[in-house]
Amino acid sequence: MSDAPRYSAEHVLRYDYRRSLGPVLARFFTELRDQKILGTQAPDGRVFVPPVEYDPETGEALDELIEVGPAGTVTSWAWVHEPRAQHPFDRPFAWALIQLDGATTSLVHAVDADGPEAMKTGMRVKPRWSAERIGQIRDIECFEPEGA
Amino acid sequence: MRDVAILSFAQTPYKRRESERTEVQMVLSVVTDAVEKSGLPKSDIGFTCSGSSDYLAGQSFAFVGAIDGLGAWPPIAESHVEMDGAWALYEAWIKIQTGMCNTALAFSFGRASMGSLPETLNMQLDPYTLGPLGIDSISMAALQARAWLDQDNHTERQMAEVAVRSRKNALNNPDAQLKGDFEVEKLLSEPYLIEPLHKHDCPPITDGANAVVIAAADAVPSGANPVWIRGIDHRIEPHQPGFRDLTQSPSTKLAGEKAGATRLDIAELHAPFTHQELILRDALGLDDDVRINPSGGALAANPMMVAGLTRMGEACREIWAGRAKRALAHATSGHCLQQNLVCVLEGD
Repeated sequence: MSDAPRYSAEHVLRYDYRRSLGPVLARFFTELRDQKILGTQAPDGRVFVPPVEYDPETGEALDELIEVGPAGTVTSWAWVHEPRAQHPFDRPFAWALIQLDGATTSLVHAVDADGPEAMKTGMRVKPRWSAERIGQIRDIECFEPEGA
Repeated sequence: MRDVAILSFAQTPYKRRESERTEVQMVLSVVTDAVEKSGLPKSDIGFTCSGSSDYLAGQSFAFVGAIDGLGAWPPIAESHVEMDGAWALYEAWIKIQTGMCNTALAFSFGRASMGSLPETLNMQLDPYTLGPLGIDSISMAALQARAWLDQDNHTERQMAEVAVRSRKNALNNPDAQLKGDFEVEKLLSEPYLIEPLHKHDCPPITDGANAVVIAAADAVPSGANPVWIRGIDHRIEPHQPGFRDLTQSPSTKLAGEKAGATRLDIAELHAPFTHQELILRDALGLDDDVRINPSGGALAANPMMVAGLTRMGEACREIWAGRAKRALAHATSGHCLQQNLVCVLEGD
């Protein structure tokens, strides 16, 4: 048996597929590249950001996209004292729920602030755009306190 | 509706790292134990459903491997949910309602120790707007905790009290992982993990497995001690955390109403984070005379995909021990209590 020839083959474990974002998120991310943030407006005035194809409460199809923000108000936040490898910063930062101006829901993103004492529910923040934008959520590098 | 009862429950001791046994061996032990205690011959089990997540094993279709722990020859009718075992029990209950079987086995297993759980749980998020941010499960819960603290003068002390009570209750639970007598003052003086959450507000990372056998009334064997499922219902809320009021749990409230969650002696709530127990108590309108999590709850052992079904099993144990007549068992799934199941259980 020990003299038997050995055979080998390279095996790459990978899922090579492309997925369409669909009509709504595709527009959201395309506009994000151009530093515009879109939300979905329901007939009763609610504005969802990130945008949705269907009303999360009624299931009704929605198709009206409007521009919101870019600044907004923090509705909740959490301070990361020790970032993990997957986190967007390697220094302490905040996660926040941010209600962009004109939206009735909040968006999750990171906030680059000096410390937890610089964070407060109700504070105003604005986006800091990534230098290279490719049509994804991290085209917004993070939010930062307004006036920073 | 067919009356359905839980006949038996089995679980592994819950621990930080199960290094002695594979998932198959864990499943084998709880399934064998639960079937034996049910009083039914194994060949009489009409349907089997499991709950687990392939993301914990890091391998697609990992759940199929667990079938080796079941014994599937001659062929059995079997199904799987990529959810907590509580939803496997729900599917089994539905199967009995359809009349396609009279008895069923539901089991679940999770070995979170094989990866970095807070990061693995990022994979349950919307892969376009949330996942790529790199946000982990503790950070997500911290956003909910802050929203809760911002309301009605809620305090971190109230949260710490939940941790202290849970881990004290767990002293009486031989299967619990994290137990002991802790002091609120001391806990509050410790540094934040992810502010406003302290380490004590978070569940331990746990490996474990469990199993239940259920039967329709006409299939309950003589000599059994059935715990009846008086109501069971589950509801879900929007995925985006910013689309909901994180300080409330309307899906739990609705599921509780549908399941008939009244006149309760105890409630086993699947609240991995301290503030979530307080949100759930409020949603279910639980009075102070309802004993909460005598087992210690998910703060004392939180095996992923298992801890929800454990709540049902622990509620049954209280009933079998004669310490409760009517109990609520709750299970949650997703981040920030996105999906919730409520089950009302009653002794014979």
